[in-house]
Amino acid sequence: MYNTDVMNDNKNIIDSDDLISQTPSKLDNAKTVGNIHVEDPRIIAKNINVYYDNKIAINNVSIDIGKNEVLAMIGPSGCGKSTFLRCFNRMNDTIESCIVEGELYLDNENILDKKTDVVPLRAKVGMVFQKPNPFPKSVYDNVAYGPKIHGMAKNKIELDEIVIKSLEKAGLYEEVKDRLDTPGTSLSGGQQQRLCIARTIAVNPEVILMDEPCSALDPIATARIEELIYELKENFTIIIVTHSMQQAARVSQRTAYFHLGSLIEVGSTDKIFTTPQHKLTESYITGRFG
Amino acid sequence: MNNLKARLAKERRFRLYGILSIALALTLLSILFISIFSQGYTAFQETKIQLDINFEQSVLDPKKTKDWDVVKKANFNILIKNSINELFPDVSGRSQKRKLKKLISTSGEYQLRNYIKNNIEAIGTTKKMWLLADDDVDMLIKGHINRSLPENERRIDNDELKWIEVLETKKIIKKFFNKTFFTSGDSAESEQSGILGALLGSLFALSITLIISFPIGIATAIYLEEFAPKNNKFIDFIEVNINNLAAVPSIIFGLLGLAIFLNFFELPRSAPLVGGMVLSLMTLPTIIISSRVSMKAVPPSIKEGALGVGASEIQAVFHHVVPVAIPGMLTGTIIGMARALGESAPLLVIGMVAFIVDIPQSVTDPATALPIQIYLWADTPERGFVERTSAAIIVLLIFLILMNSLAVYLRQRFEKDIN
Repeated sequence: MYNTDVMNDNKNIIDSDDLISQTPSKLDNAKTVGNIHVEDPRIIAKNINVYYDNKIAINNVSIDIGKNEVLAMIGPSGCGKSTFLRCFNRMNDTIESCIVEGELYLDNENILDKKTDVVPLRAKVGMVFQKPNPFPKSVYDNVAYGPKIHGMAKNKIELDEIVIKSLEKAGLYEEVKDRLDTPGTSLSGGQQQRLCIARTIAVNPEVILMDEPCSALDPIATARIEELIYELKENFTIIIVTHSMQQAARVSQRTAYFHLGSLIEVGSTDKIFTTPQHKLTESYITGRFG
Repeated sequence: MNNLKARLAKERRFRLYGILSIALALTLLSILFISIFSQGYTAFQETKIQLDINFEQSVLDPKKTKDWDVVKKANFNILIKNSINELFPDVSGRSQKRKLKKLISTSGEYQLRNYIKNNIEAIGTTKKMWLLADDDVDMLIKGHINRSLPENERRIDNDELKWIEVLETKKIIKKFFNKTFFTSGDSAESEQSGILGALLGSLFALSITLIISFPIGIATAIYLEEFAPKNNKFIDFIEVNINNLAAVPSIIFGLLGLAIFLNFFELPRSAPLVGGMVLSLMTLPTIIISSRVSMKAVPPSIKEGALGVGASEIQAVFHHVVPVAIPGMLTGTIIGMARALGESAPLLVIGMVAFIVDIPQSVTDPATALPIQIYLWADTPERGFVERTSAAIIVLLIFLILMNSLAVYLRQRFEKDIN
C-alpha cells in the first residue's frame, strides 16, 4: 500500500526471467561469499527472512555493520536491497502483507522484537528516501518537526540551534538561511534531498539509512550528497542502497551484493570492485546484467 | 500526410462539439435565470399607501389610562376606516366602504398597534403613515394586472381602479423595498408573507447537520483510510455500505427519521432539529467519501517521511496527512451541505411542510425550509405568490452561491497555507 516500489521489487523476483535463471528457492542454500563479520559491530543481522504474502523477498541474510562505516548495498532491481534496508528501522511494519523473521541487533537490542517501540527506534535509525519528500511546511518546520515530537528542545532558542546545526551539517544552511520560512517543497531537488538529510540528522540518530538518495538528482547535486555522506560518516553509521556502482565505490568502505533476495557477497569495497569472488557479483559489476 | 489532416479535422470537430455543448448548457441556464429573475424581481418591492391616521383618544384610550394593556384591546381598524373614508368622502354604502377599506392590507391594524405600543404618547395626534396595500392593489401597481381588460376579467373592479388612480394622482401610493419579505414568516395573504421563517428553518437544520455530520464524517474517513485493518471482511462490509448509502434516495432517509427520531425517540415534529438529523444521515456518506478521496491523494511519501523521523502513526496522520487533505475535506463537506440545503423530500416526511407563520426561535420550534417554502408557494394560485415563489428561488440560489464561494475560498486559503 505505502511503498509500491517495494511491492514491485517483490513481483520482479517471482516473475523474473533474469538471464541468470536462478529462483530464490534454488538459492536457498547459497552461502554468502566474503566475511560478513566485522570487529566491534554496531549492528548484527542474523538469518533475516522477509516475506510478502508468503512469497520470499529476503532469504536468510546475515551481516554485521561496524561503527562509523558506510555500507553500500548494490544489486539488480528487485533483489531485495530496499526491503532489507527497511528492516533496520522497521519501516516494513507499514506494509501489512510483509513479514520479517530473524534477529537484528542494534546495540545489543533485538529491534525486530515485537516489544521494541518503533518510535525511539526510528529516532535512533533515521532514513532518507529515494525521492526527496520534504513535508509541505516551511524549511524550518521540516527540520524542527523531529526534535519537536521527541521533545528534544526545551525552548525556542534550543530548537533554533538544533535546526541551524542540522542544516549546517547537511550543507544547506548557507543556501537557505534567508528563507527558512519558505516552503520546503519550493527548493530544488538536490536542496530538498539535503533538507531531508537535515531533517533526519536533527533527531540525532546513530544510524542513517539511505534508499537510493541520489536517484532523482542531477550529477552536481549527487556530488554534493556524496560529499555530505563522506562527512557524515564521522558521526554516523550509514547504510546506503544504490544503483550506481561508481557511487558505491566512492562513498563506501564495505559493499554488499544482493541477488534475488540473497546476500551473495560482502567485502571491502576495493575488493568487491577489483576482485569479486562470486561469479554473479562479477557479472553484475562488469555490467553483464542488472 | 492524409492521415494528419484527418486527425487535425477530428480534433477541431471534437473541440467544436465541446464548445457547442457548453453553449447549450449556458443558454439553458440563462433561460432559467432570466425566467426566474424576470418573474421574481418585482417581489423585492411592496406597495404602500399613505394615510393620515388620527390616533383618536376616544377610540384608543377613552379613559386616558395611557396603559398599553388597555390600549392594545382597542379596535385599530376603525382608525384606518376613518382615515380612508375621509380621503374619499363621496363613497357611501356599507359594501362600498368595505371595498374601500380592503385596499389596505389586513396587516394595517397590526402596524398601527405596533406603532402605538412603541409611542404611547402619540395617542390623540395625527400622523402620516405608509400602510401596506392589499395584494391585488400591489399586483396592479406592479403591472401584473392589465387595466385595459374588461372589468369582469380582472381582480380589481372599476370602483377600486378609480380609487387607486386617485391615490396615484395624489402620489400617496408608492412602491418601497420589500422589507416584509425578509422579516416575516409565511402568511395566507401574499403581501404579508415572507421568507425569514423558512430561511431560519434552513439555517437551523443546516447547523445541526454540520455539527453532526462534519466531525463524524471526518473521523470515519480518517479511521477507514489510515487506521482500519486492511483486507478485513467487516471493514469491507462497512465500506460497501457507506458507498451504497450515498446512492439511497433521500426520501428513504426521511422515512427512517420518521420511524426512529419521531416515533421511537418522540422528538418534536416539524422541527429543524429532526430535519438536521435526517439531513446529516444523508450528508454523511458524501463527506466520508470525499474526505477519503482527498486523503488518498496525499502522497504516501509524506507520511513515510514523518514515520521515518520517529513520528507515531497518529502523529504522522494528524500532523501531515490531515492538514494536506483538509481543503478537500472542507470542499466535500460544503458540497454535501449545499445538497442538504436544496433537499426537500426527507423534510416533507418528518413534517417540515406545515403552514407555519411564526418565526422559529430555536431548533425545536416548528419550521419549514427554503425548498419547502418554494414548494408551498408554488402550490398557491394567487398572483402574489407567483412572484414570491421566484423570489424564494432567488434567495435559495444566492444562499447556494454563497456556500459554494465559501468552499472555493476555504480551499484556496488552506492550499496557500500548505504551499
